[in-house]
Parts: sequence; structure tokens; C-alpha cells
Amino acid sequence: MDTAIGALADIQKQVMWNRLIAVVEEQAQTMIRTAFSTTVREAGDLSAGVFDLKGRMMAQAVTGTPGHVNSMSESVGHFLRKFPAETMHPGDHYITNDPWLGTGHLLDLTVVTPAFHNGRIVGLFANTAHVIDIGGLGMGPEGRSVFEEGLYIPIVKCFDRGRPNETFFDFIRAGSRLPVELEGDVYSLCACNDAGARRLIEMMDEFNMPDLDGLADYIFEHSLAATEAEIARVPKGTYAAEVFSDGYDETVALRAAMTVRDDAIEVDFAGTSGLSSRGINVPPAYCRAYSSFGIKVVVAPEIPNNWASLAPFRMKIPEGCILNAPRPYPVAVRHVIGQMLPDLMMGCLVQAVPERVAAEGASSLWIPPLRGGASISGQSRSNRPVVADFEIVTFNSGGTGARPALDGLNATAFPSGVRTMPVEATENVAPIIFWRKELRPDSGGAGRTRGGVGQIMEIGTTGDLEFACNAVFDRVANPPRGRAGGGDGAAGRVELKSGKTLRTKGLQIVPDGDRLMLMLPGGGGMGEPSERDLARVARDVRDGLVSAQEARELYRVVVSRDGVIDEAATAALRGEVQ
Amino acid sequence: MAFARLAVDIGGTFTDVALESGDGARLTSAKVLTTPAAPEQGVIEAIRTVLGIAGVAASEIGFVVHGTTLATNAIIERKGARTALITTAGFRDVLAMGNESRYDQYDLNIVLPEPLVPRYLRLPVPERLDNEGRVLLPLDVKAVRELVPLLERERVESIAVGFLHGFVNPVHEQQAREVLAEALREVPVSLASEVSPEMREWERFSTTAANAYVQPLMARYLRRLEADLPALGIGAPLFLMLSGGGLTTVETACRFPIRLVESGPAGGALYGADVARQHGLDGVLSFDMGGTTAKICLIDDYKPQTARSFEVARVGRFRKGSGLPLRVPVIDMVEIGAGGGSLAAVDSMGRITVGPESAGADPGPACYGRGGRLPAVTDANLLLGRYDPQRFAGGTMHLDEKAARQAIAAVVSERLGLEPEMAALGVVEMVDENMANAARVHAIESGKSYPGRTLIAFGGGGPVHAYRVAEKLGIQRVLVPWGAGVGSAIGFLRAPIAYEVVRSLYQRLSSFDVDAVNALLDDMKAEATEVVALGSFGAEMTETRIAYMRYVGQGHEIPVPLPARPLGAEDSPQIRAAYDREYTKFYDRPVPGSDIEVLSYAVMVATAPFSFSWSASERVVEAKAGPAVRQQAVRDTVTGDEADWAVHERADLVAGAAVRGPAIIAEDETSTLVGPGWTARVTAFGAIELQREAA
Repeated sequence: MDTAIGALADIQKQVMWNRLIAVVEEQAQTMIRTAFSTTVREAGDLSAGVFDLKGRMMAQAVTGTPGHVNSMSESVGHFLRKFPAETMHPGDHYITNDPWLGTGHLLDLTVVTPAFHNGRIVGLFANTAHVIDIGGLGMGPEGRSVFEEGLYIPIVKCFDRGRPNETFFDFIRAGSRLPVELEGDVYSLCACNDAGARRLIEMMDEFNMPDLDGLADYIFEHSLAATEAEIARVPKGTYAAEVFSDGYDETVALRAAMTVRDDAIEVDFAGTSGLSSRGINVPPAYCRAYSSFGIKVVVAPEIPNNWASLAPFRMKIPEGCILNAPRPYPVAVRHVIGQMLPDLMMGCLVQAVPERVAAEGASSLWIPPLRGGASISGQSRSNRPVVADFEIVTFNSGGTGARPALDGLNATAFPSGVRTMPVEATENVAPIIFWRKELRPDSGGAGRTRGGVGQIMEIGTTGDLEFACNAVFDRVANPPRGRAGGGDGAAGRVELKSGKTLRTKGLQIVPDGDRLMLMLPGGGGMGEPSERDLARVARDVRDGLVSAQEARELYRVVVSRDGVIDEAATAALRGEVQ
Repeated sequence: MAFARLAVDIGGTFTDVALESGDGARLTSAKVLTTPAAPEQGVIEAIRTVLGIAGVAASEIGFVVHGTTLATNAIIERKGARTALITTAGFRDVLAMGNESRYDQYDLNIVLPEPLVPRYLRLPVPERLDNEGRVLLPLDVKAVRELVPLLERERVESIAVGFLHGFVNPVHEQQAREVLAEALREVPVSLASEVSPEMREWERFSTTAANAYVQPLMARYLRRLEADLPALGIGAPLFLMLSGGGLTTVETACRFPIRLVESGPAGGALYGADVARQHGLDGVLSFDMGGTTAKICLIDDYKPQTARSFEVARVGRFRKGSGLPLRVPVIDMVEIGAGGGSLAAVDSMGRITVGPESAGADPGPACYGRGGRLPAVTDANLLLGRYDPQRFAGGTMHLDEKAARQAIAAVVSERLGLEPEMAALGVVEMVDENMANAARVHAIESGKSYPGRTLIAFGGGGPVHAYRVAEKLGIQRVLVPWGAGVGSAIGFLRAPIAYEVVRSLYQRLSSFDVDAVNALLDDMKAEATEVVALGSFGAEMTETRIAYMRYVGQGHEIPVPLPARPLGAEDSPQIRAAYDREYTKFYDRPVPGSDIEVLSYAVMVATAPFSFSWSASERVVEAKAGPAVRQQAVRDTVTGDEADWAVHERADLVAGAAVRGPAIIAEDETSTLVGPGWTARVTAFGAIELQREAA
């Protein structure tokens, strides 16, 4: 009956793997429910995972955002180097926001917590969350070094055997514009790791596990084999591509040569533009995170994230390039370039597996960090009212690229996994008014499948008083490109309502009586627009997402605003004989 | 003499009816096929049938309660009214943009749910309120009037009106309704400020659009049914089951039909609560496993847990975030894609997966012999010896073990190099694990835990899987009630006449305006009382008040009970203390020094739940179980060993009879598995109680 015993052991390992993924999901849900920052609780800008004692990630919560994937995965190793596992005690929690030891900017806190079973340390829980304020210049590109960007927390203990490190909490309370939220978030991160650890111990008791070694080996072995099998399905070769970001003050080229081997995919970023003097630089862990995501979402989307399933994706990032920023380069808004990396990866992969990739999308989140009050307008004077102090960040998305068989998604985040906040909730926490937030017609790249349309936002303060926007926008000079004959998505635009064009990056004032206008990019189209299904064109026109004029000029369809197609005229226009 | 009480539950396939005698001593039930084109026909037939069986005259019925999935199905099948949404200019696409996220990060070909109102019928008009309800831009009444020709031309059958911050100040929505009502007399108008007066525009507009979408259909149906009942000789009033667990009048149901969406499952939870009350169990998890899904619900102190939002019509395989959000009071249930028909497969990592794809009723699991080639959970149970192939569904269906074995061999065994029996074990373990995992996450979200609870199992699959799911959750006791086949309908009979009103009023506790809160709560109480009074016939009402609070800036509100009386300034510290207590219950430790904000309030007015005074402490005499009818070779999913399990007929077991596991207690609709280490005993109320011995 040895085979039956072996079979049972195998089935139990599968069950345990499933359970471990449920454990980290509970960990993530606990964070969402207890977090203070809107970025975590409303937007879901977080990640959570469990690690073995070698610092290898065994499972990661499905809930979360890809930017943290590989970066948090690498982070635990750094904690263990400073605080070896054997020095850890029950009730300890360790924290950092070091962009090079964590997930790429000071606004992301990473907390690591040991889990103990029968008095022995058996594993580690880690999580990362984006907080709203960590002092300094804040969320924006203006810093010229990381020291200007905010409070820098090296890896330290924030709880020692269950007791808060009050010195640490004193420092962070003093260093943030939002001390209550920041402190609350640290408590929440620790509580969520505790929740994960508790559940892990219950699981180990139930399955009679002395340690996690056997399960880790099982997970890694099967994940690696499955990932390698998926890679083997991709035609071998080297594929090169480039995409362009608007940069801070000059265009940034991102270049990659992707080599698909039997059991690995290697990406060389040679040819990519050099470092910027401003905070759009990308630390290498963050580059690996979004590059791996871009490959994985095409090549092996079903395989859960862990150390082994990410291992076959290898990045060679030359020194001195913007994707390998060293300390102390400024990195606060590294997402703006980092989130274009999946477009770059798909630009390579389209040459190997064209039926599996999407066109380029808006990609970078449009995050207008808005600030108003004394720090922008000075103290109130009798002859000039000033808006109440506020600091707020909202996440907004343009259109995603068209898919081979499906249109792109309208105003939806990709590759980021965050959600936007309700306008009503935002207006409850800051004296601002959104006058407009709706889809942007004629912005989706034309194609057999259409790019997702972007959105239009119009933002002012209560009473239309002066405020500032720390702009971090992209794809204004370099719109998302279509593929296979599909048209480009509409470029983004950043303006004052009174008409003046604003810079895409940097702190700028919206004066009294004026408003900020944001037109978010649409996604690129895919395939020839003249091959698009007539009914779909008609529907888009009726819905006002595509104008009758664009329908005629780009799609070669003659359709009334009510969506009625003139079939004869359309056939003539498309060159078809009736 | 007390009048008889009648409950009707329209499901997707069957219309169930339960008739209870006035003294509660006799319960008769029947099932007929649902008649989707004219659902009232099935209802009438079901009532005739049950009256016939029970030998009761229509005139003896004093109370009719009805629950239905019609509203849900209309949304899922997109068969509702042509609906327009009139909304704030600049916010035309709130329904389409949602929260701008993907519910699955790794699926490049993800499809998001289509809004119920297409863009060309989402009609913006100039107006704007701020977050405190002050008018920033007055409603352009002329712009509303100018929409009328378009609404007529597009043959719009129902209109939703939702403005930003309209829940704080409904004046613009009301003005818009006046204009529309004057011009379009026949077209019903749903106001967001009435349907779902709570913050968060997407959820509120979505709920309002859904209400408008199902309203004409539901109103027509309910009016027809209301007319048909007297024709049948029933003079009793008709009540509708709400998704939140209370009953309401036809009048209210016609205005807010969206509150009926989950009424069938709500009945199931109330049934679980009633069984819990019978047996004096104050901490329960109900577990209803059917053909395609399993539903679980936490029940404390005989009250099912409630929530204020859920999703309908999920497009992404039961994935959270893939449906249309509805913000109405509901009994809080988690639905898992795990049922007898759920299909097993092997993923690229060599892991067995189960569901959420289902073989459905046709072709069904491979063992049904209707041409299904893919292995389902029922096939796996059969291969493990858990079913008697001759006894399934009361012997009306013969299960084909060979077909089950072939399906499991082809899809699971060969990929993994396992014997079919071991592969079947893997399938059953995995589906049990999936259900237990979902239950655990639900407990986290609810701030609850499982040790000390009793699992109440029903549905075709519940009693089969209950003991193992209980083991995985650390639960020591399982109850399999009697009469579970029409559980939802029985649950309806136990529901109170109740109505819940929810309103938002943002305040910080540090600057709590007691007068404003008292005025709001009084207003809400009056509204709820008015609705309940329509059906309570002078019965005593109770009032429950809840404040939804959180630390300033934090994401999720938690419900904190308030006293049902006017508040005074001195109540503030007590409210804070109550909040800290509730918070600690959820998350272990309070956050020092944080101010607290109150977002919204709920007032629930209800009559007492209808129930008979069970002598719950009634002791049953130990009775001897008769001998097993036979032995069956069953494979244990924990050890992988096969052994003979004794099979008993449930009908043979009298109250007090005990059966030691491992054993199977068979009945027509299902089998109760008594796992190794468990002992079954029949309770005074005919339920099977499984108790796990200390491990």
C-alpha cells in the first residue's frame, strides 16, 4: 500500500498549498479592513505573503498589486540579513520603507513578522502597503535625492516581543503630515501579519507539520516545473522592443531584448535611457517586479506567485540606466515608468505569441497628488481666502490596450491592481470638488478590436480657491501604440480649465478661480479598423464613445448618431461589392 | 382557532410550498416545477397541491408569505425593463467605470460586467451638491424636461435618478421626479436617495438602476398574484420575504423590489436559525450545499448575520468584484462554486481543482448516465462508496459507477498517476477544503471564529460533506435537520414583519451633534414603523438601532448597537467605549488616540419572529438504534483506508437513537455521513446531531 500512502501524502500537500494561499488571503483581507490610508483600504495598494526561513516566498495573496510582487518577495531576504531568524522572538515586528530594501519608494511600508510554532520560528509573514504621507516632499517627482522625499526608515523593530517601540512611533508621528493615519497603518500591518501567523500555526497543528520545509519544496518544485513547461510553449528566440515615456523633462526610452530559452526568459535592458535627476527613477527590484508581471501575465498567468514561479524570469539591468537607480537617487514616483514595463515586455512577446498579448495601454496610473492650504498659499489673509489644509491622492486610470479578441477596458487600471476611490468619499476627506469624471470619447485606439477609452477629470477646490497638483502623468507626448494595424490611443492632456497647458511632471499651482483638467489616455487598438464588426462600431457611436466622424474616417462605417448603419455607403467605403 | 400559514418559494427550477397548521403541529410541503413565463401559475398550482395533500381549505389560511428569485433572474438573464439613468452632468459613466479595477490581476482576457443601463440611456443633467448637501449648482429643471422626448422615443420603461451626494439632500432628485412624473405618468421612477441612501456613488447608482430595472416586471407579477389569491379562496394578506430576513407588504415590495433579490437563500438562513432556536444553539454556521454552489451563513443568538451590500450576477466564476454591486440590507451569505455537480480537473501544477464550473443538471455528473464525461463531486463521492447507487434520489435514479470511474480516471487519475479511488479522495478533500477556506475568510471578515459553533447542514450535499468540513473548521458538532428539502419555505414562516432603514450622516464623535442624530433616527424609526404597521396588525414591535463607525480615516465601518431611545450628550463616552469593544472583537487591539467617525445609521423595526414555544430542554430517552440495514465499503478521506461502514435508514431511527461512526444514515434526498470519531443521535425534533469525540 506504499503507493496509496504516497498518493495520500501528495494529495495532502496539495490541500496544504491551497490552505497556505487562503492563509495569506486572510492576511491581506485583515489589512484592507484595518488600514487607515485610503490608498490601502479603498484602493488596495498592498500585498501580503508568507516566506520560509531562507526568505523565499511560498505564497502571495491574490489581493494586491503587481508592483509589490517581486519587490516584496526580495525584501524579506534583506530583513533576514540584518536580523537573522535565530534572533527573532514571538511578538517581534520589523519594518522598513527603504526603497532599495522594500518596494521602491518611501511611501511603501514593509513589515516582516516571524511565526512561531512550539517555540520554534517556522516562517515569516510580510506585507507591504502604500501610505498617504511619510513627510518630505511627498508623492511627486520633485525631489533631487531620496532624502528630500520623506522620512527614511531603515529596517528596525517596531514591536519588540509585543511591545510597541515608542521611540520609533515618536519619530514617525513627528515626521508625517498625517501622524494618526501613519501610526494606525503600522498597527494594521502588524495585526495582519499576526492574523496570518495564527492561521499558519493552526494549519501546522492540523496537518501535524513540524516545519514548512517539505511543503516549501513541494510548492517550489511544482511551480518551477509548471512555469518551465509554459515557457517551453513560447517559440525560442531573442525579441527586441522599445517604449517611450514622457520623462520629467525629456523623453525616456525603455529598451529590452528578451531571450526565450528552454526553461527561462531573460531580459536585457541595454539601450535604456540613463538616470533622471528627478523622482521617476526605478529601483531594480521594482523593475523586476513589473517586468516579471508583464511576462507572467502572458506566459504563465495561472501559476501562483512564489519564489520558484518567478525565478525563471531573469533581468539584466545595466548600471546607470533609469531602471537600475542606485541610492540615493530620487524614486518617489517610480511607478510612472515602472508601470510601462509590461507594455515593453508585450512588445517583445508579440513577436513570439501575437495571439496572447494586448496593445499598449495608458498603463501608468494617473495619480494627481493634490495639496492645498497654508503650505501652498501661505497663511490666510483678510483680503484673500485660503482653502483648508489638505493632502490627498486619488488613483485614476486611462484605457487598456485592445486584446486579440476583445476590446480594451475603458478607464481601468492595468498593470496596476489598484481601485479608484469613490468621488463622494474623497470629497468627504478634502475640500475639493470633482466637477467631472467620466469616459473620454474618441480616445480609444481604432482597430479590429478597439483600445479602451480614457477618462476626463475636472477638479477644483471648494470655492475654487488656489491649490497645487504635484503632477505625475505620462503618455502625453508618447501615446499608447496600437498593434497589427491598430491605431494609437489618444494622448493624455494636462491643462488648466482656462486653457493653459501644464507640465506632465512636477508641482504646479492651480490659481484661484481655475480648475485642473485631466484627459487620460486611451489604449491602443489592435488589427485593421476597417475589419471591425459593424455592429460594434454602431454601438460605440450610439453610446457616444466613438464619433460618427471617426467611425467614417477610421472604421469606414457610415453610421448615424443613433447607431443606424448606412449599409450601402459603408460597403462602398470599405471597398466591398454589395 | 389559529389560522394556518402558507409559504411559497419560487426557485429557478422548483416552486416549493410549505403549509403549517395554526398550532404548528403539522407541516405539509409540496414541490412543483417553476413556470418562468407566468410564475404565479406555478404558485397557484403549488398552493392547490399542498392544500389537497393537507386537506385544508383555502379559507383556513390566515397568512401567506412569498419569496422569489425572479428579480435576481431578471438581472442575471438581462430580462428587465428598458431603463434610463438620469444623473449629475460630468458623471455619466459611474455605472461603467465602477472602481476602475480588474477583479482578476492575471487574466488578460478579463470581461467586466455590463451595466444594466447602456451609455446612451445614461443621461446627464446639470446640478451639483457638495458633501454636506449644499447646492453648488441648482438642478437645471429645463434640461430634465428636455429629456422627455428622448425617453419616449427610446420607449424607456423605467427611470432611475441618482445625483452625487443626493443621499445627503434629496431635493434635486425629488425635483427631477416631479418633472418626469408629470410628463411620463406610466413610467416608474426610482430615486437613489430612497432606494439606497448611502455614500459611495457607484454602489448607490448601481442599486438604484437595478431597482428600476426589475420594478415593472416585479410590480406586474406581484399585482397579478395578489389578484389570483382571492380567486383561489385565500383572503389572507400576502407578504414578501426581503433579502434582509424580514417580511414586507406588496406595496413596499413594488416600490423597492431590489430588496427581494436574495429572499430564497435568506429563507434558508432563517430555517437554520429556527433549527438553532429549537435546539438552543446560540452559535451556528449554516451550510447549504446543492448542485452547483454551497452557501454558508453565520448565525448568532438565532439571528442570521446581516450585511449591507452584496453582488449579483457575477461574471467571473463567483469571483468577488465581478458582479453588480447592490447596497441593500441582506442576510450575509457566502456563495462558493462548490456543489455536487462541480467539476474536477488538474491544473498545470498537478493540483486537483474543483469547480466553479459545474456539470449542472444536464448532463450532470458522469454517474447520472446522461452523457456527462467530466468528473463531478458526486462521481467522486460515489467512487469513495459514500452513496448507494440504488438508493440515490429515493431510488428514482440509478447511478453508474463505471461512468464515474472512467471520468475520474480520464481527467484526474491518469494525469497524476493515482488510482481512481485515491483521485476521488483528492477531489472530495479539495472541495471540502475550498468550502472550509471560504468559511474561514468569511469569519475573518465578520470578526467571528468557529470553535464552539454547530454546523447546521442541509441541501443535497450538506449532510454528506458536513463532518469533514466541520473537522477542518475545528467544529465539534453538526446538526442535520428534518424537512430540509423545503427549508427556505419553512424559514419564510419564521420571519418577522420587519423593515430596515439605512441613512448616512457623517459626523465625528468628538463633535457629535446629538440633536441632529436624534432627529434622523426618529425620522428613520417613523419610516420603518409605517412600513411594518401595514402588516403587523397591532403586534408589538421592537426597534434596533445601529451606528456604523470607524476610526477617522479607516476603511471599513463596524456596526455598533445604540440604545433605542433619544441620545443625550452623556452617551458619547459610552458609544466610544462600545466602539472600542466591537473593534477589539474584530481586530485584537484598539488604536490609541484616534478620533472616531460615524458614517451611517440603521434602524430596524420588527415584530417578534414567529416561532412556537419549543420545549427545547425536552429530554429524549436513550433509544436503541435498530441494526444497520447493510454494510458499505467506504474510503476514509483522512487515512485513505477502505472499511465497511454501517448503513442505517433515517426513517428507522427514533428520537434518542444513537449510531457510532463510521456510518451512513440514508434518506431519500441525501445521506448523512457519520465520520470516524463521530457519533450520531436523533434529537427530539427529528434532527440528526453529530458529535465529535475529543481527539
